[in-house]
Amino acid sequence: MTEELKGNGHIETLVVDDEPTEGVVGNEDATAELCARAPVGLLAELTHRCPLQCPYCSNPLELEGVKNELSTEEWCSVMRQAGEMGILQIHLSGGEPTARKDLEEIISAASEAGLYSNLITAAVTLKRDRLEDLQKRGLDHVQISFQDVDPAGADNIGAYPGALQKKLDVARWVTELGLPLTVNAPIHRHNIHNVPRFIDMAVELGAQRIEIAHAQYYGWAFLNRAALIPTYEETLASIEYVEAARERLKGVLTIDMVVPDYYAKRPKPCMGGWGKGFMNITPAGKVLPCHAAETIPGLKFDNVRDKKLLDIWMDGEAFNAFRGTDWMKEPCRSCAFKEIDFGGCRCQAMAITRDPRNTDPACALSPYHAEMVKLAKEEAAKPAPAFVYRNPRNAAEAAKTQDEPLVPAE
Amino acid sequence: MTGETTSPGRLVVGRETRPKLPPYLKLRHDAGRGRWVLLAPERVLTPDQTAVAVLQLCDGTRTVEEIAAKLAEEYSAPADVITADVLDMLQGMADKGYIKG
Repeated sequence: MTEELKGNGHIETLVVDDEPTEGVVGNEDATAELCARAPVGLLAELTHRCPLQCPYCSNPLELEGVKNELSTEEWCSVMRQAGEMGILQIHLSGGEPTARKDLEEIISAASEAGLYSNLITAAVTLKRDRLEDLQKRGLDHVQISFQDVDPAGADNIGAYPGALQKKLDVARWVTELGLPLTVNAPIHRHNIHNVPRFIDMAVELGAQRIEIAHAQYYGWAFLNRAALIPTYEETLASIEYVEAARERLKGVLTIDMVVPDYYAKRPKPCMGGWGKGFMNITPAGKVLPCHAAETIPGLKFDNVRDKKLLDIWMDGEAFNAFRGTDWMKEPCRSCAFKEIDFGGCRCQAMAITRDPRNTDPACALSPYHAEMVKLAKEEAAKPAPAFVYRNPRNAAEAAKTQDEPLVPAE
Repeated sequence: MTGETTSPGRLVVGRETRPKLPPYLKLRHDAGRGRWVLLAPERVLTPDQTAVAVLQLCDGTRTVEEIAAKLAEEYSAPADVITADVLDMLQGMADKGYIKG
């Protein structure tokens, strides 16, 4: 991505990704110019219903019930407001967005509002005629998640028999219809050895883009971390492979990689900065600065049922909580990188250190860093425990468990 | 397992290439920001005025040479300088999958 994001004098490229760790990333001046008016990207989690039960799901442990979901008209209003305020890209996700019977109307509203629409789907229940209809209504891009390149592995990870073949069928329809396809490959200890085959598969399918998305340890993935985290050596090998593949496939396949930051030395600029260029709406209409923001206690989230989206973005308490750098403690406050990585991820600081104002422990300057790396290496060295699959029954169980925070080094 | 692919290969943009934007790349004027943007899968590109002028001519019928000649006339600039700049810009776009030949 670094290579790609180098400008050529006439055009700058910004990434506007729904990944919790990405948000809006790219040339500083171009980002600042676009974000000065409004966020660039919006992730709409249309529902938490999903036919799959992947143990690394980025949804919160507490899944939203169908009866609380926004209505068709409420989502269509969100699309109109988003277009008016200057949002450029809309990611329609979930759960599984095609579980909404009114996805057609929501995509029509997005298209009429001038938004570039991205359908993020598990694809196992999507029919060809429905896809054709969505395209006619203005759908711009389809992203399909693949749990593994081996059928048995895919069945085990998603807990949905025969998923791989269904996904391959839908992916072929996408390219046959002339829609751009992104292959999303969530990577962890059970499939990290298949990174080369994921890339081959994306090329064979005629995808424009693949996300080699190492699991990020929030939500269900945090709960399943020991079952998911690969070793340091496997991680490095996969990163090296991807970097070589990028060069080899230049102009053929764009490869985006989200790296597992437990093994990093510098934290990621989470969401490209809190409340800077990206926002997220839950199935029940809560507006969040990122996927995982609800894990931070004390933050108050506004709802699109009560307020205008623009007002929430400008003045919402949760958006202002970690905007800029005033909230920072040491070592962030006096750090030369504070405007570059924004101290990393607030939700990870919360999950590991119990204080969202602390430096993200992925940063080598965090007193928790060495402990976190040690924890990751120990977990990866042990045999993988069984998955806690993402479903409403396990959600109720998980809500009762309480993990212990790490203790910082002196 | 080798990582070898059956890719159709990379587009090398030359003077005779007839460049066009793939259907999923949308060049839009963003009225609120008062500028042009190019919308692509999980990307927003910010072309300057020169880039916009080039991209608006990439219709799949004109060659790079014809595009450069037209711009050279419009901006009263030397054709060889413009051609080199256009080739460089379009190759950069092609390597990101944003220009097809």
